[in-house]
Amino acid sequence: MAEMTVIEAVRTALDEVLAADEKAFILGEDVEAGGVFRATEGLKAKYPGRLLDTPLAESSIVGVAIGAAHYGMHPIAEIQFADFIHSAFDQLVSEASRWSYRTRGESGLPMVVRTPWGGGVHGAQHHSQSIEAYYTHLPGLKVVAPSFPADYRSLLHAAVADPNPVLFLEHKRTYRLFKQEMDGAPAETTIGRARVARQGSDLTMYAYGLMLHESLAAAETLASEGVECTVVDLLTLLPLDVETILETARATGKVLIVHEDTLTGGFGGEIAALIAEHAFEYLDAPVRRLAAPDIPAMPYAHAMESFFMPDREKIAAAARDLAAY
Amino acid sequence: MTSRTRRPRSKQTIEHYLLSEHQLEQMYETMLLARRLNERMLALNRQGRAPFFIGGTGQEAAQVGAAMALRQGEDYLVPYYRDLAMNLVFGMTAREAMLNLLAKRDDPHGGGRQMPSHWGVAARRVVTGSSVVATQLVHAAGIGLGAKMCNDPIVVLVCCGEGSTSKGDFHEALNFAQIHRLPVIFYVQNNGYAISESTEKEMPIAHVADRARAYNMHSASVDGMDAIAVYQTVRPAVDQARRGGGPFLIEARCYRLGAHSSDDDDTRYRPRAELEEWTSKDPITLFRHRVETDQIFPAAELDEIEARITAEVQDAVEWAANQPDPEPEDALGFVYRE
Repeated sequence: MAEMTVIEAVRTALDEVLAADEKAFILGEDVEAGGVFRATEGLKAKYPGRLLDTPLAESSIVGVAIGAAHYGMHPIAEIQFADFIHSAFDQLVSEASRWSYRTRGESGLPMVVRTPWGGGVHGAQHHSQSIEAYYTHLPGLKVVAPSFPADYRSLLHAAVADPNPVLFLEHKRTYRLFKQEMDGAPAETTIGRARVARQGSDLTMYAYGLMLHESLAAAETLASEGVECTVVDLLTLLPLDVETILETARATGKVLIVHEDTLTGGFGGEIAALIAEHAFEYLDAPVRRLAAPDIPAMPYAHAMESFFMPDREKIAAAARDLAAY
Repeated sequence: MTSRTRRPRSKQTIEHYLLSEHQLEQMYETMLLARRLNERMLALNRQGRAPFFIGGTGQEAAQVGAAMALRQGEDYLVPYYRDLAMNLVFGMTAREAMLNLLAKRDDPHGGGRQMPSHWGVAARRVVTGSSVVATQLVHAAGIGLGAKMCNDPIVVLVCCGEGSTSKGDFHEALNFAQIHRLPVIFYVQNNGYAISESTEKEMPIAHVADRARAYNMHSASVDGMDAIAVYQTVRPAVDQARRGGGPFLIEARCYRLGAHSSDDDDTRYRPRAELEEWTSKDPITLFRHRVETDQIFPAAELDEIEARITAEVQDAVEWAANQPDPEPEDALGFVYRE
């Protein structure tokens, strides 16, 4: 199979899951026709009756998945754009995330909700949102946000196998942005582990999704200037890999947290708080966050969209400042 | 617990009832047990022994008649927080009901993690629910979808009050279930009130059952104070759904004889004359009158059932009160399923 894009990795994982797990099925808007991003292209013909087009009603997409998972199926729900998932907020907050807790583990919900998130595609306010901050506040739910094709594939397998509800975030800008060599079977992996994607001694960057790639590019630039960065690919946002975050913070003494979401109440605050609480004595500079400005959502016009999103230049500039502190 | 000394009940179906003597006795027993439990629960709340109570007084016939139309242990029940009597049909005991009220460690409905009356026992196929109304209706559609995909001939009965029928999830659930012709009975207990709001404030139509027309769905509206009529309406719908005939919306017209919950004072909004009128249609009194008049059971036998239930409730309270409470740290467990 050689090289794969992110969307190919997602499609491959779905194909592999449907082939191996007869309880697995896919539901969502336009999934039978292949989906608006083509994640399910070709699967309907290969697995008749296992893909289900739903009405445009997100609460029932998630709620039906809850019921089917309770029954014993392994539903994989697709929410067409993460921006539309909030209609199902109640189902995720009040129901899915509490299913195990309120039944004392008697009932699990082996279900996955996949959804494309993030900007850089001129998707404006309702096709570009970062939604992770709302959903990482829900103990009982797992939230996964990979960056590389191989991780999309292996973590999607892990998500389907998990007896708990998993929100699987796919950064839409990265769907066809690059390819990765991927031979053989998907790697065995566990939800809840971060990975050090680049090792350096001067500072650590924490990121996920598109920003992970932008951080790696910025780290490359800084290396040419003599500043060596560690870059942590968080992979799972809930439950968070606290150990890897603290180890890298302690090792480098300077930390830069990057995310595409707006700053206040963004997920970076949680990482910053963890480091401040548990690695304070190791810090050589204040914890730095680089995020989108606090405006309601991503604007449409190119100039404003670029202004809104952090990128490799902004990350490099912030890292340069931090290194010089 | 008192022992049972009585003549054996015939299991042969009685014409005009579609129920056997055995089933009629179960109907009466269960309705009465639910009523006595609810009365005692409210008393325990007023004595300061239970922080919260929410009950189904007045809805016993609607609940027992419908739950008995299902196959216990096979079919799925997705109850709402007034469905004590339905849970009794599905295997809950008086002792267990009191464990749940008192939030004891061994309460099988979550061991004190939710308010009382938020039931769910997977082994019984009674599905866990929350306090948020109508969310459970789409879960029922999902269970029905899973069963249909597996060619599993079960039926799902999901309950709500008429207040829930204004929520989006009600409409999304009916829409989805009818598109896929799922084996789901949407069972609405129209008790006249959503806390203080009477039905004309809740919906612009007279009957919940009329909502089915928007989804091209079968529907029925039945006198929910008459347990036998309820059974005779729900049972054919269940049989039809089991045969692949698709979902059904059934409205049981009943009445909430109590306040919304232990924290509500219904005298602020409910006319006394209305309450008195409905009290005269008490479903348990009506049932007893009918089976006595038709000479199914002599009065002495019904009195004996009543005495037995009184003793059962007393035993349940004494027993449950002495069961262990959860440990504080129990709050930390089971966030994720292993």
